[in-house]
Amino acid sequence: MDAVNLSASYDAAFVDHVQRESGQSLSRCYQCGNCTAGCPYTFAYDIPVSQIMRLTQAGQKRRVLECGSLWMCATCESCTTRCPNGIDVARVMDVLRHISRREGFAARRPVKVFWDSFLDSVRKHGRVFEAGLLAKYVALTGRVWTDLDLAPRILPKGKLSLTPHPIKGRDEMEKIFKRFEARGGRS
Amino acid sequence: MTGATYAYYPGCSGLGTSKEYDSSSRAVCRALFMKIADVPDWSCCGSTPAHTVDHVLSSALSARNLALVESMGLDTVVTPCPSCLTNLRTACHRMEEDSFRDEANALLDAPFKGTVTAKSLLQALIEDVGLEMIAASTVKPLTGLKVAPYYGCIMNRPPELMRFDDHENPVAMDRILTAMGAEVVPFPLKVECCGASFGVPRSDVVAKLSGRLLETARELGADAMVTACPLCQMNLDLRQEQAARAMATSFSMPVFYFTQLMGLALGVSEAELGFDKICVSPARALSLIGAAKPDAGKSSQEARATKTGQGAKPQAQSGGQA
Repeated sequence: MDAVNLSASYDAAFVDHVQRESGQSLSRCYQCGNCTAGCPYTFAYDIPVSQIMRLTQAGQKRRVLECGSLWMCATCESCTTRCPNGIDVARVMDVLRHISRREGFAARRPVKVFWDSFLDSVRKHGRVFEAGLLAKYVALTGRVWTDLDLAPRILPKGKLSLTPHPIKGRDEMEKIFKRFEARGGRS
Repeated sequence: MTGATYAYYPGCSGLGTSKEYDSSSRAVCRALFMKIADVPDWSCCGSTPAHTVDHVLSSALSARNLALVESMGLDTVVTPCPSCLTNLRTACHRMEEDSFRDEANALLDAPFKGTVTAKSLLQALIEDVGLEMIAASTVKPLTGLKVAPYYGCIMNRPPELMRFDDHENPVAMDRILTAMGAEVVPFPLKVECCGASFGVPRSDVVAKLSGRLLETARELGADAMVTACPLCQMNLDLRQEQAARAMATSFSMPVFYFTQLMGLALGVSEAELGFDKICVSPARALSLIGAAKPDAGKSSQEARATKTGQGAKPQAQSGGQA
């Protein structure tokens, strides 16, 4: 890991923001590394979770919000469950994603596109329309090869519905998202 | 009032990729006299994508359903899906705090008052119905079938929120399956993540994580894996060939929902249990159930030899002949 000049780059407002939104005290982390030891995604992370905790403590806003690990955390809760200091690490990761979205660091990462497509489906139909979600993801990312190998396995099973299952209260769903956006939500 | 004891929340995948989990869950409830009624016009809980956007939005999406449970006059909602469960429980928990509840309710037409508890169907089965009743209702024991129970990452975690079973070594499915006659292997990766919702955007990651689970189950000589989660089942079953390619091996490990095996043991018709919806054929595993053994003592010796020997291979061959 690179050396970080703390006196030049410590962003106190960022640290405060993360602590307030997550309800977690970052100073409780003493870098034991238990979260990283149990994290199944370390192999796919550019920065391991314990180092994200350290960088966040050290107010390294850009490094943290730009890192790819935020989008490879599955919220499996291993880190939270095994933290000896009771820090809800997964919640910190969640909050970092929220801030990353809001402040425009997340760009067009495929995982984010998939999650956004999922929520668009919920907003439109009330329930996720699995086939439509996949189609939208492919259209937005241009990744036309996505899971083509699975088609012959799943289609004969007759369980992938090709039409949505809309609920009656679709207008309520739309209102949930509209009100959320009205109070400044969503990137 | 519906006359039901529990509100039932199927979750979106129950309408699609986990149809067989939904149908077998309903069948098991019926067979064990658990009275369930569907949450009317339920909507998606928001799953993982919602909580990665905003916690108030996530709770509001869940709370719409919790308010509907209140309108049914019920105080408990059960769901087969751990992802739905996590969201419903998180919403219940966070909305105990007045200011958060007001924020989430401000997004809804009908507010959630906070009078509902969410629990997994698995928890309701083992704690409310009970092992004694489950064992006593077993008409077709799962004898002869050796299974690796896999709980997934969030059925029991974090423990302060989920408040069910052991968070490192959960045993609820082990106990149910054992009570119904199956042999359960001591699966060490019960709570290791399968790759969760990364299947579409990062199938390489899922292949690696699920591949490790499949490999371990095979090494332990399991005839099948048993899950309690639609996403786990899909990653292990539908993506099994992707996992095999990633691990440079081949697998033929059927992956059941625990409710499918329970239903079978309870005498539910196989059509209702949806074994034909599983991608990796469970025919061989199902054929082992109740198969007559020439000598019980000898067969357990063989099982031990298999465990210390070459893993599942010899057993797969003998099973193939059966």
